[in-house]
Amino acid sequence: MTFFKQLLRSPSILIGGVLVLVMLLSALFAAQIAPYDPIVFNTEDRLQNPSWQHLFGTDIYGRDTFSRVLHGARQSLAVAFLSVSIALLVGGVAGSLAGFYRGWVDTIIMRFTDILLAFPAILLAIALLAFAGGGFWNLTLTIAVVYAAPFTRVARASVMRVREEVFVEASQALGNKSSLILLRHVLPNALSPLIIETSLRLAFAILSEASLSYLGLGPQPPAPSWGQMIADGRQLLETSPWISVGPGIAITITVLGFNLLGDGLRDTLDPRLRKA
Amino acid sequence: MISFLLQRLGLALISLLGVMILVFAMVRLVPGDVVTNLIGLDTNITVERREELRRLFGLDLPIQTQFAKWFGGVLQADLGSSLRTERPVLTDLALRFPVTLQLTLFALVIAIIIAVPLGVAAANNRGKWIDTFASSFALLGIAAPSFWIAILCVLFFSLQLRWFPPSGYALFSEDPIGNLKSMFLPSLALGLSLAAATTRIVRSSLLEVLMLDYTRTARAKGLTERAVVYRHAFRNALIPVVTVIGLQIGNLLGGTVIIEQIFGLPGIGRFALEGINLRDYPVVQGAVLVVAAGFVVVNVLVDVLYALIDPRVRFA
Repeated sequence: MTFFKQLLRSPSILIGGVLVLVMLLSALFAAQIAPYDPIVFNTEDRLQNPSWQHLFGTDIYGRDTFSRVLHGARQSLAVAFLSVSIALLVGGVAGSLAGFYRGWVDTIIMRFTDILLAFPAILLAIALLAFAGGGFWNLTLTIAVVYAAPFTRVARASVMRVREEVFVEASQALGNKSSLILLRHVLPNALSPLIIETSLRLAFAILSEASLSYLGLGPQPPAPSWGQMIADGRQLLETSPWISVGPGIAITITVLGFNLLGDGLRDTLDPRLRKA
Repeated sequence: MISFLLQRLGLALISLLGVMILVFAMVRLVPGDVVTNLIGLDTNITVERREELRRLFGLDLPIQTQFAKWFGGVLQADLGSSLRTERPVLTDLALRFPVTLQLTLFALVIAIIIAVPLGVAAANNRGKWIDTFASSFALLGIAAPSFWIAILCVLFFSLQLRWFPPSGYALFSEDPIGNLKSMFLPSLALGLSLAAATTRIVRSSLLEVLMLDYTRTARAKGLTERAVVYRHAFRNALIPVVTVIGLQIGNLLGGTVIIEQIFGLPGIGRFALEGINLRDYPVVQGAVLVVAAGFVVVNVLVDVLYALIDPRVRFA
C-alpha cells in the first residue's frame, strides 16, 4: 500500500493519471457520452461554428466534431496500447536475451536494432505502410515494429546492469539454470526502466498514429481518427478551424498525460535517474 | 582524435549499408508492384507486355543481382532513374535537397534561439514564474504534434494576420524575401517541438551543474553570476543538450516529410512520399538513402561535438 501512496504523492503521476483516465473513459464510453452519431451525415447542420449544441462545431457532412473526437479516442488509444504492448513483448524478450547471454546473440540482435534505429522512425513507418496498405492492423503492427528497437535497447541495458548484481552470482553459485536465473531473478529487477519506457512510448505511439493517419495511412474513412480529422480540416481552415483544432487538443492532452505519467514513474521507480 | 573519428565513421558506414539492404528488400518484398501501378486499370495490356516492362526495369532479375547493380551504381554516384519520369534520381534529389536542408537548419536555429535562453533563465530562477512558463512550454510543445502546430501557425500567421503565405515555395536565388517568407512557418512549426525538448534538457542539466562544487568555488572567488553560468556551468551542461538535439534530428528529418506535405515544399520528404505512393523503387531508395546518410552524418557530428566539448571523451 505504501508503494501506491508513494506513487500518488507525485503530482506528475496524479495529473498524468487523471488525463489518461479521462481519455480512456471517453474512449470506452464514447458511444454513451457522444451527443451525436460520428458517422451518419447530417447535411442540414453542415460546417456549424462551435455552440452549446456542437462544442467543436460540425464538419462538411454535418457530423459533430466533438462526437467524432470522442470516437477517435478509441482508434488512437487502441492502436497505441496494442502496438506498444507488441513492441514491449518483442523488444523485451530480444533485449533480455541480448543482455543476459551476450556473445553472438547480443551481436546479432543489437546490429539489427542499430539498423532499425539508423533512420527516422516515421519514414520507416510510412514506407512500410505505403507498401502494405493502411488500416487498423497494419498501422498497429508497423508502429510495433518501429518501437521494438528502442525497447530492445532499454531491456538490454537494464538486464546487463542487474546481471552483475551479487544475488545473480549467488544463484549461479547454487547451480541454477540460466533460464531460471533470467526469469526469476534478473527480469523482475530489470522491469522499472521498461515500465517507464512503456509510458513514454505510449505518448510517442499516439503521435505516430496521428501523423500516419494524417497522411491517410490509418483506418479508412468514415471511421473517425484524430490525424485524419486534422487533415480533413486543413482545407476548411479559413471558415471552420475547429475541425482541425478539436482533435489536436485531444492528441495534446493524451500525449501530455502519458508523458507526465512516464516522468512521474521515472522519479518514483528509479531515483538514480531523477533529474534536478 | 583521428582514430576516434575513423572508428565512428566506420561504424556509421556499416549501419548505412544495413539501411540500404533493408530498404531495398522492403520495397520489393511487400506486395504491390510498380508495373501494375504504372499501367493502372488498363486491362488491355497483355501479360507479355507486362513482362517486357518488368525486364525493361530490371525487375525480372534475382533480388541480389538487382541489389548488386544498384549498389554498384551508388558507389559511382548513380542512383538510377525514376521509373515514372525517367529522370535521374540524383538530379531530382540535388534539386530538392537544399529545401529540406534549409528547413531543417532553420528549425534547428529557431529551436536553439528559443531553448537556450529560456532553459538558462528557468534554471537561474528556479520556482519563479519564468521557470513555470518554461516547464509548461516544454510539456505542451512535446505533447502537441508538429503537424498540428503547423496548422495552428497557418491559422494564426497566415489566415488571421496574413503575414506569411499558407503554402508554396520560392527559390532563394529568384526571390530571397519570398523564400524566407515561405520557409518561416514550416521551420517554426518544426522547430517548436525541438525547442520544447531542448528547453527541458537545458534547464535540468544546468540545474545539475549549478549544484556542483566548482560552481560554488567560481561564485566564492567573486565571479559575476553571468561568468559563473555561461563560462563555467553552461559548457559542462552542454553534453546532455547536444545528445538530445542529436537524437531529435532524426525526428526533425522525419517531421520534414509531413511539414513539406502541409506547406507544399518541394523537399526530399515529399519526394519520398510521392515515390512511395507510386512504388517508384529508385526514387524511394534514393530518397531514403539520402535521409539516412544525413542522419548518420549528424550522429558522427554529434560525436565530434562531444569530443570538442568534453576532452574526457577523446581519451576514453
